[in-house]
Amino acid sequence: MTRKKICVLTVLGLLVPSVFAQEADAISGGDTSWLLVSTALVLLMTPALAFFYGGLVRSKNALNTMMMSFVALGISGTLWAVAGYSLAFGVGGDWIGDFSMAFLAGVGLEPSGTTPHLLFMGFQGTFAIITAALISGALVERMKFVSYVIFIGLWGLAVYAPVCHWVWGGGWLGGMGALDFAGGAVVHVNAGVAALVAARVLGPRKDYGREALLPHNVPFVLLGAGILWFGWFGFNGGSALAADGIAALALVNTLLAPAAGIFAWTLLDRFTTGKITAVGIATAIVVGLVAITPAAGFVSPGGALALGAVGVIPSYYLIRWRTRTSFDDSLDVFAAHGMGGIMGALLTGVLATTAINAGGANGLLFGGGVTQLGIQALSVLAVAVYSGVLTYLILKLVGLVTKLRADSSDEGLGMDIVAHGEEAYATGEGAVLLNEAEAPERVNGLTKKD
Amino acid sequence: MKLVKAIVRPSRLPDVLRALYAADITGLTVSRVRGHGGEVEVVETYRGTTVKMEMHDKVMIDIGVSDTFVDIAVDAICGSAATGSVGDGKIFVLPVERVIRVRTGEEDVAAVTPVR
Repeated sequence: MTRKKICVLTVLGLLVPSVFAQEADAISGGDTSWLLVSTALVLLMTPALAFFYGGLVRSKNALNTMMMSFVALGISGTLWAVAGYSLAFGVGGDWIGDFSMAFLAGVGLEPSGTTPHLLFMGFQGTFAIITAALISGALVERMKFVSYVIFIGLWGLAVYAPVCHWVWGGGWLGGMGALDFAGGAVVHVNAGVAALVAARVLGPRKDYGREALLPHNVPFVLLGAGILWFGWFGFNGGSALAADGIAALALVNTLLAPAAGIFAWTLLDRFTTGKITAVGIATAIVVGLVAITPAAGFVSPGGALALGAVGVIPSYYLIRWRTRTSFDDSLDVFAAHGMGGIMGALLTGVLATTAINAGGANGLLFGGGVTQLGIQALSVLAVAVYSGVLTYLILKLVGLVTKLRADSSDEGLGMDIVAHGEEAYATGEGAVLLNEAEAPERVNGLTKKD
Repeated sequence: MKLVKAIVRPSRLPDVLRALYAADITGLTVSRVRGHGGEVEVVETYRGTTVKMEMHDKVMIDIGVSDTFVDIAVDAICGSAATGSVGDGKIFVLPVERVIRVRTGEEDVAAVTPVR
């Protein structure tokens, strides 16, 4: 079942008398249970991302990097309820929803498909949160925290919500038949391209290319990747919006594609660098998950294995190439999410088959010709162009109000102390307790008014 | 024989090492230390507990050198570690009685001459 259908049902449910609506769509206990669990699973992905990203940066920026994910829980989560959901899933037109459900007006316990409408809103909200948080990987160790918060707030409303509407909310891409089961284009290409543009606007870290900027905690990276995989079962499995065969298919494909991705990545690692690396495996898991996301409910398990193995290869080489350039997409958000999302979206147009999901389409290998592949390519292109242009404009706009980057000396000191007044690994040695009266006028180079 | 003991900012360490290597000084020991040199205190808050961090992370570099290399080492460190702000660090030059290279038993100048 596609999300567009769900949305149309929702709208009908609002317009027709409720007795009739109850007859047409009854809430299913099974479907609702699974969506409740899935919502919690997807929410856990954002703290997992914090560990994944936090482990990859230097220890003096560990908290700041993790906070960039955690603050998205607050900002993107709140704005989703305020207007984001309505802009994404309101009736609107081909390009954007409307404000009819702003502040969750009319979003109640009535059925949306076979689950409560309110739950559908919450489930979608967890996607909006992690999509914004994904971008932070390109901005770490140098962006001012306040500027980041303003940026992701605006980005969620002006970029995520419309793109979500295009594909899932009844917009033009969904109408054309673009297949995006759980967000290959909406989440990953969208965030990946935004990261690419944002890294360019912000410029490289001052030490980039001069010093080795190494991960400070590789076990955190593995922990984050593992919990991301766990949460992704809700991300893809829950996107069936039912506890049925398609959910089972999506969940198993989410198991198999990253497994095959690890397989391909470790072979590449072994024969390129001579060693199979831990950060490599963690990255392979994420790229494999990204690649299967648009295809999860449309391809066979065999297709998922092929998609996982093939889908990670461009990302592997893109990361190797990127680190040798002056282009500081610090944690390779574009290479992992943008490239992985592009591969997943295109391979969906190759490997999708109606034999496994009648609600999908046939790809290139299953007699569908190049039609579906073309639609998939168009959806990637449209999302990439829109996200790139809007991200640039939003950052320039935020840059007019406040500086985007921290001062060079603050960057040297580390963003944890500068932005948060905390350290990730404070020992307490040499710390002197202050009472209110003793608090200095100037704190960390800033006056209290700043 | 002298021991050059330099305390510098961690963020300057890569530049200091580069400058020392460029001056042919390759035998050294680096340790992480915490200290205070009169710079602005960092204030941190943990759930209502506000503290003043009087100690700052620094790195200490110990280099055993022959007398002719003392000025070369000091100049290399000063040139690469300075930012102009309070807290850039100190260099101490200490006399050394004996130096022994463990592997060969060589002493003094021979012990601090880099192996080619």
